Amino acid sequence: MTAESVAERAGADSGPGSAPPAFLVRNAVVAYDRVPVLHGVDLTVPRGQVLAILGPNGSGKSTLMKAMLGIVPLVSGSVEVHGTPLRRFRDWGRIGYVPQRLTAGGGVPATVREVVASGQIARRRRLRWSAPSDRAAVDEALDALDLAGMARSSVHELSGGQQQRVLIARALAARPDTFVMDEPMAGVDSENQRALAAAITALRERGSTILLVLHESGPLEPLLERGVALSGGRVVHDGPVPRPSGACARPGHDHVHPHADAEAAAAPSALPEFEVPRRD
Amino acid sequence: MTEMLQYDFMQRALIAAALVGLVAPVIGVFLVQRRLALLGDGIGHVALTGVALGYLTQTSPLLLALAVSVVGAAAIELIRVRARTGGDVALALLFYGGIAGGVLLIGLAPGANSATLTGFLFGSVSSVGEEDVAVVVALAAVVLAVIGFFWRELFVLCQDEESARASGLPVRLLSLVIAVTAALTVVVSMRVVGVLMVSALMVVPVAAAQQLARSFRVTALLAMAIGLLCSLGGLTGAFYVDVAPGAAIVLLTLAVFAVAVAAGYVLRAATGRARVRADGPSPGPDDPGTVGTMPQTERGSVSR
Repeated sequence: MTAESVAERAGADSGPGSAPPAFLVRNAVVAYDRVPVLHGVDLTVPRGQVLAILGPNGSGKSTLMKAMLGIVPLVSGSVEVHGTPLRRFRDWGRIGYVPQRLTAGGGVPATVREVVASGQIARRRRLRWSAPSDRAAVDEALDALDLAGMARSSVHELSGGQQQRVLIARALAARPDTFVMDEPMAGVDSENQRALAAAITALRERGSTILLVLHESGPLEPLLERGVALSGGRVVHDGPVPRPSGACARPGHDHVHPHADAEAAAAPSALPEFEVPRRD
Repeated sequence: MTEMLQYDFMQRALIAAALVGLVAPVIGVFLVQRRLALLGDGIGHVALTGVALGYLTQTSPLLLALAVSVVGAAAIELIRVRARTGGDVALALLFYGGIAGGVLLIGLAPGANSATLTGFLFGSVSSVGEEDVAVVVALAAVVLAVIGFFWRELFVLCQDEESARASGLPVRLLSLVIAVTAALTVVVSMRVVGVLMVSALMVVPVAAAQQLARSFRVTALLAMAIGLLCSLGGLTGAFYVDVAPGAAIVLLTLAVFAVAVAAGYVLRAATGRARVRADGPSPGPDDPGTVGTMPQTERGSVSR
């Protein structure tokens, strides 16, 4: 997909408001030890969209997400967050990042409440005790993920699914409007998956921008407005989320829509499709 | 007790020991969570080079140890980020370089030999002068102030470095803050417990506290209390039994650790039983409440 068509899409999707897109990625190249992992990716995430970056392992989807947050540096290209170049972006309280796992580190205990409250780091003033509004936001985040009863437990005593809920609550605690979640459903039992899906649905209803990195769309599929599939560090699909049964869900396939935009979403079957097997 | 306090050197030693016991676990709690528990030890070896340099140049060994160990701490951060080595390998390089540099330089210094280094290796409480106490007080105040200032940021950094970056935190700077305050702490502790035991006072009280606590804050406070009591207790015991104070302090912390492990087992078993009674019949061994966390795969290294 060319930069021009991305720009057109951005114009079409951002709606009547003139707010800049939540994320604007132009020709992003990322390399680890000089081995390129992303080969010039363009991506525009309009505000309020629920978008999934899909792809098999090694497709570069996590790298793209990390580059969008400045966790990994770009070799070339640019990222803008809410209209500000990433390097100069300071309003980190608007971004809620949910990593794939809670790391145990050296095993120093921390309570659920401590971890959730640490999500407010970008909003809190230095050397101040927490204000009542801060504590209210933490309570709200704990309630939203049904964690109030565990607030005083150590996070390391919880199950993987419960820890995932803690991580989402941590992202919620700063009351951001943009969420970036890395595989929130991976390794989570069905009961916790339902709790997570409910929380993400509530965020969507509040008009939040939600960017999900997913191996497969799975139980979150009904929530997704758009799917961007990556393969070998390039965007190979951008449009409606591929059905799990559909051809484009198969890993290792280039799925090219000549017009991967709203028209394609309206009548996908009327358009010619080209399946190109891809060798990595 | 009063007999001990009649000696000026014991008064000075007790002040220094109390400060070390209080300060070392504060930085230790972050080092343990970052899986850099041995960083203090590595820096301690580099500090020996500084001590030797101090004797060689006929200046203050303590101040040169301070300068050299701060440089060493910064170097280890640089090695971790720039060179393709894990945190443990970077530490190993520091260990060997530091001890070799110390032994080499002390041999060149007039009127000093490797026995001089032994005082710094194992601590020599009786040689703590008034100037040393002043330096220790100042450095302890600096370390506590810096850690207090950055407390929340350091908590986020040590929980998970990627989230710290995604919160806009200056990860490199904060990593450097931890390394440099660790270096300060090592020099603070060097006179009292000796280089070889500095890391023990940073790590063992934390290891003991984390058996008993459920929150990060309580772990830190409990570790400080354990460090303080063991420092004073070890020094007092060493005075009356006439053994090496540094060794006495460290062995006391290890004893506290052993007790804490046992107490932690009993405590968890008791709360586990209480929970089962409250929740009705136990769901069995595959209770979803006790799935282990994923261990951090990259030990103490910086994500790219």
